[in-house]
Amino acid sequence: MSDKIIEMIEVNKWFGDFQVLKNINLTVSSKQKIVVCGPSGSGKSTLIRCINRLEEHQKGKIVVDGIELSENTKNIEQVRAEVGMVFQQFNLFPHLSIVDNCALAPIWVKKIPKKQAEESALKQLEKVQILDQARKFPGQLSGGQQQRAAIARALCMEPKIMLFDEPTSALDPEMIKEVLDAMVDLAKGGMTMIVVTHEMGFAKEVADEVIFMDEGLIVEKANTKEFFANPKSDRTKLFLSQIL
Amino acid sequence: MIKSLNFLGTPSRDKLNLFISIGAFIFVLGIIDVILNSFFEINITSVLPRWLNYFTPLIFGFIGLHYIRIEFSGNRTLDSLNKNINSNWFNALLSLLIIFVLIQNIPPLLNWLFFDANFVGETKEECTGSGACWVFIKIWFPRLIYGLYPNAEIWRINLTFLMLIALVISGFFVPPKIKKYIIIFLLFVFPFIAINLISGGNFGLEWVETTAWGGLSLTFIISIFALLFCFPVGMFLALGRRSSAPVIRYSSIGFIEFWRGVPLITVLFMASVMMPMFLPDGTYMDKLVRVIIAITLFEAAYMAEVIRGGLQSLPRGQYDAGKSLGMGYWRMHLLVILPQALKLVIPGVANTFLALVKDTPLILVVGLLELVGMIDMAKTNPDWLGFATEGYVFAGVVFWIICFNMSRYSQRLERKYKTDR
Amino acid sequence: MNFKNSSLNITNFFSSKPKFRYYLPQILTVLGIIFIFGYFSYNAQVNMDNRGIDFGLRFLGEEASFDIQFSLIEYSGTNSYARAYLVGVLNTILVAVIGIFFATILGVVIGISRLSPNYLISKVAEWYIELFRNIPLLLQLFFWYFAALRALPLPKEAINFFDVAYLSVKGLYIPKFIWTNFPVFFYSIIASVVAIIFVYKYARKQQENTGKQLPKFFISLGIFVIVPLLTFLIGGVSLSFEYPVLTQLSKTIFNYIGGVAIIPELMALAAALSLYTATFIAECVRAGIMGVTKGQKEAAASIGLTPGQILRLVIMPQALRIIIPPTTNQYLNLTKNSSLAAAIAYPDIVLVFAGTAMMQTGRAIEIVSITMLTYLSLSIVISIFMNWYNQKMAIKEK
Repeated sequence: MSDKIIEMIEVNKWFGDFQVLKNINLTVSSKQKIVVCGPSGSGKSTLIRCINRLEEHQKGKIVVDGIELSENTKNIEQVRAEVGMVFQQFNLFPHLSIVDNCALAPIWVKKIPKKQAEESALKQLEKVQILDQARKFPGQLSGGQQQRAAIARALCMEPKIMLFDEPTSALDPEMIKEVLDAMVDLAKGGMTMIVVTHEMGFAKEVADEVIFMDEGLIVEKANTKEFFANPKSDRTKLFLSQIL
Repeated sequence: MIKSLNFLGTPSRDKLNLFISIGAFIFVLGIIDVILNSFFEINITSVLPRWLNYFTPLIFGFIGLHYIRIEFSGNRTLDSLNKNINSNWFNALLSLLIIFVLIQNIPPLLNWLFFDANFVGETKEECTGSGACWVFIKIWFPRLIYGLYPNAEIWRINLTFLMLIALVISGFFVPPKIKKYIIIFLLFVFPFIAINLISGGNFGLEWVETTAWGGLSLTFIISIFALLFCFPVGMFLALGRRSSAPVIRYSSIGFIEFWRGVPLITVLFMASVMMPMFLPDGTYMDKLVRVIIAITLFEAAYMAEVIRGGLQSLPRGQYDAGKSLGMGYWRMHLLVILPQALKLVIPGVANTFLALVKDTPLILVVGLLELVGMIDMAKTNPDWLGFATEGYVFAGVVFWIICFNMSRYSQRLERKYKTDR
Repeated sequence: MNFKNSSLNITNFFSSKPKFRYYLPQILTVLGIIFIFGYFSYNAQVNMDNRGIDFGLRFLGEEASFDIQFSLIEYSGTNSYARAYLVGVLNTILVAVIGIFFATILGVVIGISRLSPNYLISKVAEWYIELFRNIPLLLQLFFWYFAALRALPLPKEAINFFDVAYLSVKGLYIPKFIWTNFPVFFYSIIASVVAIIFVYKYARKQQENTGKQLPKFFISLGIFVIVPLLTFLIGGVSLSFEYPVLTQLSKTIFNYIGGVAIIPELMALAAALSLYTATFIAECVRAGIMGVTKGQKEAAASIGLTPGQILRLVIMPQALRIIIPPTTNQYLNLTKNSSLAAAIAYPDIVLVFAGTAMMQTGRAIEIVSITMLTYLSLSIVISIFMNWYNQKMAIKEK
């Protein structure tokens, strides 16, 4: 529980003139579950997208599993193989079946034989309980099923860290539970997770630490019990009163 | 290659000003080299072997850009410049090539078009410069616009078009109640007025045969008539294609696919040589009328597909609502479906009209001389040989202005109606 | 009272018989069509009788007695009209294939350039599209044929390409390929294509079983180059060239004899068609690439695929599905537009058959119908192919 798997030191990022991350300092230990919350535009999505370098930071240092993120290409794909990501819009590949979606990266990146990749894919799909949809195409699945398939796809690369960017925000209410259940299972299995979400119930159940961001700054960072019981900053208090 | 460039030294942010000044200097050196080479025949690098000499502007520019390629320099203009044109060596190379090609070609083009061109004069001899001879266009201008229409009667064509423009413009500024009457007038009464004015024969106006009509005015006449008539025909075809009655549906499909599958030239040939065979012996239908009918049917098929797209994209709920209110087929379509569908298809209709205008020059193969046909006639006139380029550039500019503005307008319409939904 | 009842009965009669409303319009349409066709046929018959022309296709066997300037097969004035038609068809296909080839390359380049973040590149691409799209194709064709190509030098001062090809106002002259044992070479090409297919199949099996990826591309390239080359060494195939030579035909006229002459008409038509159609293909390509949502690229990146793999496995399959249908439509348009050849005397179907042949025989109805049917069959074939392709590739939804 002590080895640092992600380190962000004095990270700053601009979109043109607009500064979206201001002096972010964050350390994540292996097997830790962190929930990041905050109002829209606070920079929380940008924060986790910097971790697998879907966004590039201009100042500061980010180290993921011992590898520093910089312009060097080779290590970016290495990092991404270790970090899985689940998106708000699912982003499944519509032209491939579910099992092909999951097996694609293991076959082409890890160079695993097709049969073996398919077997592991089916196992992952079973874990998120959509094994019966394996041969179907994304367009034929419901939102909740698609998101669970996206989780399985990310897990097929056997990542050390899983990043979730508002995974339930695009779902109808009755489907949110099935996705959160899958995420809880994953947490219980010992995965390091960083989740950007508004689902505070999930945070209370699973998170070790909760981070509140506003306008690019980390306003408050505390372990879960502390965060909900005694929020220190006024902004945090305001935010919590609005969503709880 | 990127590694090998490092011997030049990688620019870094600390010595910002140093690198920018060096880079800018070398870059400007490259530009000056190109300009001197192309226009003043001076070669500042003539000491170098032939091939190297040819590429020196490129090398200078490339090195210059390499030095100013500093990420996140803090200077806003430099940053946006770098991100845009100079993000890597490949981009820098392409940007340089474009800049050099523009520098080498635009001044001679401007020279030919304006600075060395002749604008004044009456005869071919007065075109002495090395530039374009716009005298040619100036002298032939009335013919290019009005064709072979007698000069004394040109006022009739002008009057017709002025009326048309006045009606259309007034249609925009009048309250909706009067608008309806204007549209009905435009669709049903105006064509008769127009035909009588232009063709004459009645009301004391001298008769001008249709073979004398020509030039840009003929382009407009054909386009407007074809558009007016192809729209209702296209609408019936579109409705027919969606009908549940098999005979009507398949005859519509057959009709539409036939016209869409053949080139316009064959349609024009059909109109000019085949159609007379199908008319009763002794009757004669004016060639222009036959051509307009052919073009109308041709464009109606494309228009039908555009309208059908609109009908299809209308939510089924509209049809259901209409039916559940007890409306019959025609009432439902007239009151509910078509008003909505037509709004959706306005961009497609504008596109079809644009294609129609671009297709009109083809009528010169059957002997009707619109703008391009008149230019052909002008350039083969013995007094004015050798000015094909000027003629086609002029026609190109005219068409370009018309078509470009129409397509801009249709894009605006498309955006306007998209946000409406 | 009685009167009112009877009128009510009549409207009830019509609305209570839906079958009536269904069948009546159809019967009327059929009658209408028969009437129109009958009217036209009758008039045509009368007109033809009066002029002493008979109707029939026998004229196709008669001697054509006109020459055709450019032909891919052997043809002279003594051949039949049917053969002249064939020459026209081949010439049309030739210019269409050349046009499609260049239009596709140019269109793809420009479409991708439009999406470049480089301001200069995307603006240049935009101006190209706006320029060539808004000028009528016929006008562009005339410009190339009457203005641009006429400005080329006379054969005496022709533009020289490494002393093997010459470009002058009379045309582009390139060396003629003279083969011995051509069939052997041809079979070697087919053999290497088959071998490449097997290489790909084998590589795929390898990947499925062991995960290793063979360098398929380079192996295929090697096969494609080496096998045909071998036929030269051991297959008895040899290639010699007949070069165009500048000869003096008369006191003032020089021209190139020998080699293959690509006439200016073909060059102008191919150039105009390619440049014009490329604008539309560029827009199709751009729509296709933009149509793949940004999230797809991110998701593919987040599972560790390299940029090359992302393009090949995720972006292109989706983009191609959007690009191919409208692009095929553009190919069809290009083929139909090739009929503009009639305006500059390039001997395609329209000029040869619906132009010269019709003027000589006066058989307007048969000839124009055959010409239209030729284009129609081409359209239908391509439509069927497109429907099949769309069905096969459709992204499955609920």
